[in-house]
Amino acid sequence: MAALSRSEADARESAVHTVHTVTIDLASATVRQLNAELHAPTATSYEVLHPQGAHSIGAGIHDEIDVHVRGHAGYFCAGMNQLAHVVVDGSAGNGVAENMMSGTVRVRGDASQSAGATGRGGLLVIEGSASMRCGISMKGIDIVVGGSVGPMSAFMAQAGRLVVCGDAGDGLGDSIYEARLYVRGSVGALGADCVEKEMREEHRAELAELLRAAGFDHDPGEFRRYGSARGLYHFTSEHSGTY
Amino acid sequence: MCGIIGLHLRDPALHPMLGRLLDDMLCGVSERGPDSVGIAVYGDEERNPPGHAAVSVLRAPGDLATTVAGLLPGTPAVTTQAAGDTTVLTAPVAVDALIAAVAAAAPGALVVGSGTDLVVYKGAGHPQDLARTYGLRDVTGWQGLAHTRMATESAINPEGCHPYSVGADQCLVHNGSFSNHATIRRELARQGVVFDSENDSEVGARFVAACLAEGDDLEKALLRLGETFDGFYTLLVTTADGFAVVRDEIACKPAVIAEHPRWVAMASEFRALADLPGIDEARIFEPDPGKVYTWQR
Repeated sequence: MAALSRSEADARESAVHTVHTVTIDLASATVRQLNAELHAPTATSYEVLHPQGAHSIGAGIHDEIDVHVRGHAGYFCAGMNQLAHVVVDGSAGNGVAENMMSGTVRVRGDASQSAGATGRGGLLVIEGSASMRCGISMKGIDIVVGGSVGPMSAFMAQAGRLVVCGDAGDGLGDSIYEARLYVRGSVGALGADCVEKEMREEHRAELAELLRAAGFDHDPGEFRRYGSARGLYHFTSEHSGTY
Repeated sequence: MCGIIGLHLRDPALHPMLGRLLDDMLCGVSERGPDSVGIAVYGDEERNPPGHAAVSVLRAPGDLATTVAGLLPGTPAVTTQAAGDTTVLTAPVAVDALIAAVAAAAPGALVVGSGTDLVVYKGAGHPQDLARTYGLRDVTGWQGLAHTRMATESAINPEGCHPYSVGADQCLVHNGSFSNHATIRRELARQGVVFDSENDSEVGARFVAACLAEGDDLEKALLRLGETFDGFYTLLVTTADGFAVVRDEIACKPAVIAEHPRWVAMASEFRALADLPGIDEARIFEPDPGKVYTWQR
């Protein structure tokens, strides 16, 4: 797991002040200018000022660089991320870290809908809560949410792990394939074909590792595991007569 | 796509700044709806003086004020303010009397807003250009909203622009599309409701107005809308003293609410809220699916 733990994130943050950090102020620069630099980086560390909810900040990075966004990000922040370590010191809009391939994205505030959607790898940490459809169609990404997630989270989740330290809304894991879901608090109505599953030793171990990487100190024993009942995997031929 | 902004001011000290705050918010949703923009403001005493009714009219003939004055008892002073496609008439009479006089004076004109506290502007064009045409930055008052439209259900013209204001001091703006609006339109038409456009959102506004006329409060009216309408929607609905937000049960259409001791604001995207005074101390959240959020003055 290419995870950046909280202590490592903090260490990198303090390193921002020792290594050469390039500051880009979105009060004067455009997001296109910012992203052009991040796509062909001339430094290893960046600080983005005055994001003011702008869209697509740091989307499409494919180098191992650090990016600190000082404020609230809009839609698709750090989308398609590869290798980079992105921290948002605020909240993030729709689709933060959507389709992330690797690296880490840490949101210190809340995230809007579809956080980590279709993500294939890497670690997304949301220290606050995430809105609806968190981890929709996740394909291998790990997502750890410090607060709660909204309804319809992990919809059609295919692979990866979703950890929710708070509560999960209705429709959790609807039409799920093989992702593993861990929830510490309450769960609303489970989605179609999503069931509670036994928490075995290997699950407690991987959950402990995910919590450590994300910087949360909850006891893995406080979580329950959910996953696919595998009842929707195959088209059932006897149903064909009903159409 | 469409963009929505709404601002309900709790602190009277902010009333003189309403237009400036709304104009800054509008910049954050202009990209979501470059076709047209409509604006509604409550409590601007220059544009709708106390003791007056204001009626917003499309396709107004040039001599409308004179003709309307002649039709009103006592021929009161009728003022007009032209702002792009919209002409606003005010007179010290009841709202219904002013609407009736406009209809009699100019059968080809269309009333798109009316009230004792409300002024509505609608027009096709880029939001930021039209905001200047409407003089948005100079607006004062206690509540306002705007809608930037990316048309899906009907033509790009001032008639298809939001808000739909179909009852005195009422406004509805919509991001999304209703799928069973034609059925509901027919049912309302059978009950005698008259429509001004082919727009699906107008059906929502007429439905809410009918519920309010039956005595429902804003929350109940919007819950009934949720039981009756299929489709996607984020709605912002305002009345003479209320401000309400609701999303459908799937909640695909975005909405962010920020609540501060001095104001309540709603927008399609956070970036429209980013410059509000005290935003860092505001409680910012996304409305839950199917839940009605209301605030009263």
